[in-house]
Amino acid sequence: MDIKVNSICKSFNGKQVLSNVDMTISKGVITCIMGASGVGKTTLLYILMGLLKPDCGEIKGLHGKRISAVFQEDRLIEHWDAIKNITLVCKKDMTKEKVIRHLTDIGLTDYEGKPVRALSGGMRRRVAIIRALLSEYDLLFMDEPFKGLDEELKKQVISYVMKNTKGKTIIIITHDKEEVDMLQAELITMKSNLVF
Amino acid sequence: MKDKDMKDNAISADNIIINSKIKSFWIKLLVLCFWIFVWSLLSRIINQELFLPSPKSVLLAVLTLSKVAGFWISIANSFIRIISGFVLGLIIGAMIATLSYKSKIIYELISPLMKVIKATPVASFIILALVWISSVNLSVLVAFLMVLPISFSNILHGLKSTDEKLLEMAKVFHIGRLKRIKAIYYPAVTPFIISAISIGLGFSFKSGIAAEVIGRPANSIGLNLYEAKLYFMIKELFAWTVVVILLSVLFERLVMRILRCYGHIQSRV
Repeated sequence: MDIKVNSICKSFNGKQVLSNVDMTISKGVITCIMGASGVGKTTLLYILMGLLKPDCGEIKGLHGKRISAVFQEDRLIEHWDAIKNITLVCKKDMTKEKVIRHLTDIGLTDYEGKPVRALSGGMRRRVAIIRALLSEYDLLFMDEPFKGLDEELKKQVISYVMKNTKGKTIIIITHDKEEVDMLQAELITMKSNLVF
Repeated sequence: MKDKDMKDNAISADNIIINSKIKSFWIKLLVLCFWIFVWSLLSRIINQELFLPSPKSVLLAVLTLSKVAGFWISIANSFIRIISGFVLGLIIGAMIATLSYKSKIIYELISPLMKVIKATPVASFIILALVWISSVNLSVLVAFLMVLPISFSNILHGLKSTDEKLLEMAKVFHIGRLKRIKAIYYPAVTPFIISAISIGLGFSFKSGIAAEVIGRPANSIGLNLYEAKLYFMIKELFAWTVVVILLSVLFERLVMRILRCYGHIQSRV
């Protein structure tokens, strides 16, 4: 079932951030949401994730769905290593070998035994991405997941994401049209509280 | 080659840490010697053991006292009572802090009570408590009441300082309660628990011994202090005071060491 966003509004301290937002997010594909800074993309994502309640409107198609996310910040447990951070959100049957295989796939090396706070920004980002992809989910939300990665790495990570999310519903917030093309994603542009 | 360099760097970092620990130990020892020297000098100037006994005579008094079984029995009795009150205060403080963190109503109910307990003079507690309970359990109750508001406010502060963004992450990924505590709450609250223990232990010993001096339960440090004062046994008075200080400092060190080891195990990956 597609996700239907109907007339969503949200304001903070009297400031309207979202007003009558409507959109349809197709099931089983990658959908990118683009828009200028401050247009309410992250707020919308938070509402979709259930972390914020809208002031008005409704969302259909989310009930009972397991969700996963890559936040704008990595939100990792700083004193834990990459493997422990990833297995924290996984089911008990997730093996260390499988996690290591994914870490290798995404080009991560030299992470073992190190707390994630000792890793570079790009490495931490990739740990956050694997964590989201290895958890049990029906819907994956990603807020600027490739920010801070160099071009070469970005290509590698996008290819990893595409390979490991086939048939899943993915919603990605981005500022980069090139990323939308690389992901072969459907595009929704948010503009001054109006959706085109 | 690279591995050898890394190993060398690790060894030199370890050496720096060991050297700084040795340096810090010698500085502390020198400071201690300085104050013992000041004490000794003052004692010589006053030249009256009844007012200020010398460090040497106090040490001898401790050694003489330690040869009697009653000395160790008094220490054990007082220690067990004070630590029982301390542990109870810490645990119940942590429990009500957790409830207050979860419920605004409970916080509003509990918070003024904690403020009252914090502001009430120890002497008032001791005298009031003597009306309610036997002198044997007085130090347990007083130590408990001293630690309770410290434990409550520190742990509540720690819980409130938990990273909201990590809690959101835990909510999205449906991370279970135990995992949440281990991964998110425990690291946030630990420094506040350590601070509560450090402050609370000092308070517990001070107030617990004060309670014993007033309540005078049999075979206790407080009774020995009281009797030493009553019969002008000033050397013994100093000796018992030194014992209380050593007991408090050594126990605090032991607890801190255990906590640090546990913290190290927790953070190890």
